[in-house]
Amino acid sequence: MTNPNNATISTVHTAEFTSGHALQIPTLRILQDDGSLYPGAEAPQLDKATALKMYDSMQFIRILDERMLAAQRQGRISFYMQCLGEEAATVGSAAALDDKDMIMAQYREQGALRYRGFSLEQFMNQLFSNEKDLGKGRQMPVHYGSKDIYYMTISSPLGTQIPQASGYAYAQKLRGLKNTTICYFGEGAASEGDFHAGLNMAAVHKAPVIFFCRNNGYAISTPANEQFKGDGIACRGVGYGMKAIRVDGADILAVYKATQMARDYALEHEEPILIESIAYRLGAHSSSDDPSGYRSKEEEELWRKNDPISRFRLWLVKQGWLDEEADKAKSDALRQEILDALKVAEKVAKPGIEHLMSDVYETPIPLLNEQLEELKAHIRKYPDAYPVTAGRFE
Amino acid sequence: MAKMNMLQAINNALDLAMAKDDGVVCFGEDVGHFGGVFRATSKLQEKYGKARCFNTPLTEQGIAGFANGMAAQGMKPVAEIQFADYIFPAFDQIVNETAKFRYRSGNEFNVGGLVFRTPYGGGIAGGHYHSQSPEAYFAHTPGLKIVVPRDPAQAKGLLLAAINCPDPVIFFEPKKLYRASVGEVSEEYYEIPLGKAEVLQQGKDVTVLAWGAQMEIIQKAVDMAQAEGISCEVIDLRSIQPWDVDTVAESVMKTGRLVINHEAPLTGGFAAEIASTIQKKCFLHLESPIERVCGLDIPYPLALEKEYVPDHLKTYEAIKRSVNF
Ligand SMILES: Cc1ncc(C[n+]2csc(CCOP(=O)(O)OP(=O)(O)O)c2C)c(N)n1
Repeated sequence: MTNPNNATISTVHTAEFTSGHALQIPTLRILQDDGSLYPGAEAPQLDKATALKMYDSMQFIRILDERMLAAQRQGRISFYMQCLGEEAATVGSAAALDDKDMIMAQYREQGALRYRGFSLEQFMNQLFSNEKDLGKGRQMPVHYGSKDIYYMTISSPLGTQIPQASGYAYAQKLRGLKNTTICYFGEGAASEGDFHAGLNMAAVHKAPVIFFCRNNGYAISTPANEQFKGDGIACRGVGYGMKAIRVDGADILAVYKATQMARDYALEHEEPILIESIAYRLGAHSSSDDPSGYRSKEEEELWRKNDPISRFRLWLVKQGWLDEEADKAKSDALRQEILDALKVAEKVAKPGIEHLMSDVYETPIPLLNEQLEELKAHIRKYPDAYPVTAGRFE
Repeated sequence: MAKMNMLQAINNALDLAMAKDDGVVCFGEDVGHFGGVFRATSKLQEKYGKARCFNTPLTEQGIAGFANGMAAQGMKPVAEIQFADYIFPAFDQIVNETAKFRYRSGNEFNVGGLVFRTPYGGGIAGGHYHSQSPEAYFAHTPGLKIVVPRDPAQAKGLLLAAINCPDPVIFFEPKKLYRASVGEVSEEYYEIPLGKAEVLQQGKDVTVLAWGAQMEIIQKAVDMAQAEGISCEVIDLRSIQPWDVDTVAESVMKTGRLVINHEAPLTGGFAAEIASTIQKKCFLHLESPIERVCGLDIPYPLALEKEYVPDHLKTYEAIKRSVNF
């Protein structure tokens, strides 16, 4: 007997349900907390330069997050989101890609962004919505994006990037490009209708996209057990007819290895693939959130022991690739560098008034030009009320 | 009477509604134990249990469809959409299903008793995905009632009326005022009728109209105009659909002038609907063209928020234009 997809199916003659938990996908772990490999585990092919670049990216965003959260507390920026506890997931996956593979992120993927080469100044300009921000000061802090480094600008509505990634990857395939698209999203966003739409479209139309779910246990206050039932997100990929793998998201070697394999597979077979990374959102959801309202300090402490950075550092030291003394000096220097860059970006002017109307359409429609002229006349009349733009146009 | 901010007033209304009627159920993203990201539903789960106040998975489409199903069964779901900007994934469920349930079934089925609560509007450094005022999209769809309160006492009375309303209601809450607006609120159960505007101040030269968070702004403009001897009548529309044509028309027949303010972009905004209706009703009484002071026809910006906003100065200028025409 065959099913409508012409796949052979087995038959039984007594009625029995298959449990929603029947499919149990194991979690790949390679690196132990002490920096040694699990018995029988094999490290991925990783050269020293790549490994150190990965480590640098993790260290960079750990310090950036710490500093910028403090800056938010001081009222210097309006909002911030950390990726504490998930550095290995985003850096490890980005490192396994080609520089021209498109990244479509959710918002907590600064690790991938840094690995791709987004500069400290670019981070700062976006966070301060100044006139050097590539997004022209239009979006809240952490909504990064850069065409040069193949990083699609973040959109706040959750899950919308998922079907877009399928389409982008499908177009890459039609163009004959040997590149994939990686699409990051949280386990919360995986509840959106767009998730279903995106995975199904990719599966049916064989788009070489890597779906990367960061399952970090929480969507704001909602714990994973109130988000979904069954065996996590990975098994859903299987449900859509694609390959899937689950990895320890705090284990950068496991993430790197899985993504490397996923990329090879997606390109070779022109098929989507799903990776589920299991880690823990150690920080608050955002600077507007206080997790003490919905989870315990003890729970957080348990996960703190799982630190992805120290684990990788210990491995690098074992390899003889990292000197702990020099590493410490470097992170101190980095802290200072970030502080200096912050002070510079903070003083750069906000975008000029013409940027209100640009990019709404390719060229402003007459109505917008008219509104801009009216606005300018109004600002000339009340310059004190509009200090950001007053006096900055003819 | 008690001092409450708008969130406390909304929480108090939900509490009273749930106590009064066990068909009232609250749900949405983070709504359960945490009480919602703004804490509008705090303590309700503790009080009424997990079956009546709960977290949903992160799916607005799911929330709206689920609410439709519950309401069709006869319960009174009060579903929270975390930000009005994220109501769009639920657009199909709301405009094609919620709005048309009664009509398409010949009233075999309806979703009366259903309320979508959602924080809307800007002024909180939220950029275009945390600042939108999408009321006009919904006003265009027959079958939905749309309500926007301006202060805590209004929020409580209007929300209780919405929950008790036999038609589905979208209740837009001005998030900028959640904590900023504090006032005396009766602890008793009371309703404020939907579809009725409120004349907040009598005047004879010009009618100035808004709703929600913009009420504070027009009041500031009105105060500036009064200082120059312009007498303004101030109206809070409160309900966008149905809207109180009679109260507005009566006022404009008296003053001969109308200034409408809303935060959403000008083109296709609800002010256009009001202007056109009032022009027809009051044509021979109008002394000057109806003025609209609205958001620019662009996405809500971040760094240049002040420039975008239809603030008191822009409103004040419009009042003067209207009077000096
Ligand atoms: C469509 C939509 N609904 C709601 C929100 C508000 N919101 C922002 S982040 C978030 C939680 C997301 O959780 P998850 O996807 O698990 O990612 P995490 O924050 O855990 O990294 C919510 C509800 C949104 N941005 N978009």
